[in-house]
Amino acid sequence: MCLPESGKHLGIAEALREAIAEEMARDERVFCIGEDIAVPGGWGGAFTVTLGLEKRFPDRMINTPIAELGFFGVACGAAMAGMRPIADVQYGDFLLLAADQIINNIAKMRYMSGGQVTMPLVMRAPVGATGRGSQHAQNLERYFTGVPGLKVVAVSNAYDAKGLLKAAVRDDNPVLIFEHKLLYGSKGARAEPGAVDATSDVPEDDYTVPLHQAAVRRAGSDVTILAWLLMLHYSLQAAEELAAEGISAEVIDVRSLSPLDLETLGASVRKTGRVVIVEEGPKRGSVSAEIAASLLEECGEYLRCPIRRVASADVPVPFTPVLENAYRPDVPRIVETAKTVMQF
Amino acid sequence: MTTPQILPATPAQQPAACGCDQLLALYERMVLIREFEDGVKFLFLEGTMPGTIHQCQGQEATAVGVCAALRADDFITSTFRGHGHALAKGLSVQELLDELFGATTGCCRGKGGSMHVGNMAKGMVPGIAIVGGGIPVAAGLALAFKMQKSDRVAVSFFGDGAVSEGAFHEGVNMAAIWNLPVIFVCENNLYGASTHVSQVMRDTHIARRVGSSYGVRAEQHDGNDVLAVYEAAQAAVAQCRAGNGPVFLELLTYRLTGHSRRDPCHYQPQEEREAWASQDPIDRFARALRERGVIDDPGLEAIRTRVRQQFDEAVQVARCQPLPSVKELTSDVFA
Ligand SMILES: Cc1ncc(C[n+]2csc(CCOP(=O)(O)OP(=O)(O)O)c2C)c(N)n1
Ligand SMILES: [Mg+2]
Repeated sequence: MCLPESGKHLGIAEALREAIAEEMARDERVFCIGEDIAVPGGWGGAFTVTLGLEKRFPDRMINTPIAELGFFGVACGAAMAGMRPIADVQYGDFLLLAADQIINNIAKMRYMSGGQVTMPLVMRAPVGATGRGSQHAQNLERYFTGVPGLKVVAVSNAYDAKGLLKAAVRDDNPVLIFEHKLLYGSKGARAEPGAVDATSDVPEDDYTVPLHQAAVRRAGSDVTILAWLLMLHYSLQAAEELAAEGISAEVIDVRSLSPLDLETLGASVRKTGRVVIVEEGPKRGSVSAEIAASLLEECGEYLRCPIRRVASADVPVPFTPVLENAYRPDVPRIVETAKTVMQF
Repeated sequence: MTTPQILPATPAQQPAACGCDQLLALYERMVLIREFEDGVKFLFLEGTMPGTIHQCQGQEATAVGVCAALRADDFITSTFRGHGHALAKGLSVQELLDELFGATTGCCRGKGGSMHVGNMAKGMVPGIAIVGGGIPVAAGLALAFKMQKSDRVAVSFFGDGAVSEGAFHEGVNMAAIWNLPVIFVCENNLYGASTHVSQVMRDTHIARRVGSSYGVRAEQHDGNDVLAVYEAAQAAVAQCRAGNGPVFLELLTYRLTGHSRRDPCHYQPQEEREAWASQDPIDRFARALRERGVIDDPGLEAIRTRVRQQFDEAVQVARCQPLPSVKELTSDVFA
């Protein structure tokens, strides 16, 4: 990233807040809708992203009842009628309550209307296991990446968070943004134990990050490691350890989960011939399965060895830290798996 | 701001059909919940306990009053805020604490955690942390009881916030059209997370809305008066066992602690908090018991001390309980 001198250093929650505020200031059609997002004395949503915005935009921060199916439907209708809503679920797990509106209406309306309808709608959802047990922890990406008509992105640092959110707001299609609870950098009473630093320098000037591009975070020549959200950060740590052992890993932030940027991913695979995909969430039916299959079709002939995946066991997210830590892929497992593909 | 409008100025006077021992048992159970929650809050803030917590200080009378009217083989569903319901339904302090510590001896073997405590053998479905999610599930339990020609009843505990979810309306309606033996207990503590009820419904009298919408008996009660709750629950249980369910009970109460974790509750006006703190259900019941001559101050203090001791001992045990082995990650997925 090339940054101007006037940049500032932000966490993801702050960067998203800035992006939302700037887009709302730029375009009167943009508004936020969600639970506990705009309560004076409240928390600014579950992870402080919208903190204080109700003071600046009293009419465009819409606090809803606990009614996910309902307010996603409301967002859908408002988007069809020319507004540009940003809908927020407190935990990604609650997307499942809104899934009917998202999958049956929001994603399909343009197609089934023969192109009459435009659906400029942004949806934001935090994911990741964080000591909260099975229903506030799931990685929901897998359930939405296969929905035609929906763009799905994942933000792993503050620069991207701001740029992708702005791009999503300006896009004329529904975009689902996945965020990770351990990457927000939420502060004070809302801070998360086990958080990972995802702050970055953010320019003062307006910018966007394209919704359809992966990002090479570390260049390398021996093995391609593909990851997003928290797992990207773990993969970068793993690459550091691998480098110490003479293995050069190229780490790519998949970032655009649907559609996949097969050009960027493929270019790396053609170079290294070895692929490790890292995903938080059960291996079965995962995003990494789709990535692996797509790479086989795209550039399978360049592979020197089978694609390997580091993912969670096929179980719900357990509460107790011993089991949650076993569930969540970690740096040693990524290192070990990268070494196994280096044997080819 | 909503003040506790319907709370009576004096403590409950009507002697419920309760002996002294039973009154004291109700009191002790409420104190147990309070001590448990205060102790757990300390352990959590101290960093001893992992995860997040949602607590029920101030709402002890709803859990205790309702569960006292149930049999051991009746079932309850609960929410993310389930510690009080669990203790009221007869789960032990030890199995709950062990669960919160993530030990394999916990009621859900450490796999559930604070938001999912439960014990099927004691009539409590593991907490359902999706707001409203337990409501149709309780109707389903009741449907099974009816099909099995059993006289058991199901109770669903949920908050005012859940009333906005589709699952609430779908669940209550099905229970109504099929006369299911289920009691819907809405603990209306005026807030869903940080959002005040007046922001999410035009008519905040939930019982009135439900009664007129679904054709079920729906009542609003003082949820900080444990005897009033107990009597209402007893009548509801009798109606359900007789095959004339469901019943809807709205219990007005107030959360005297944060929504979760370290919530400073800045969205609650201070006067409101103070007004409700003066209606603390445990203090009110203690006053009533003293006035009736059921117990004196030293007696009340002895209960408190006994409960505190019980909790402290359980903490010592819980700290040393075995954690699951990593092999258990993949057990319990299928039967
Ligand atoms: C479907 C769903 N949406 C949102 C949440 C996040 N959430 C957890 S508790 C809560 C408020 C619940 O309020 P209420 O039902 O009144 O229960 P109380 O917290 O007052 O006990 C919210 C919004 C959730 N757990 N499930
Ligand atoms: Mg409530």
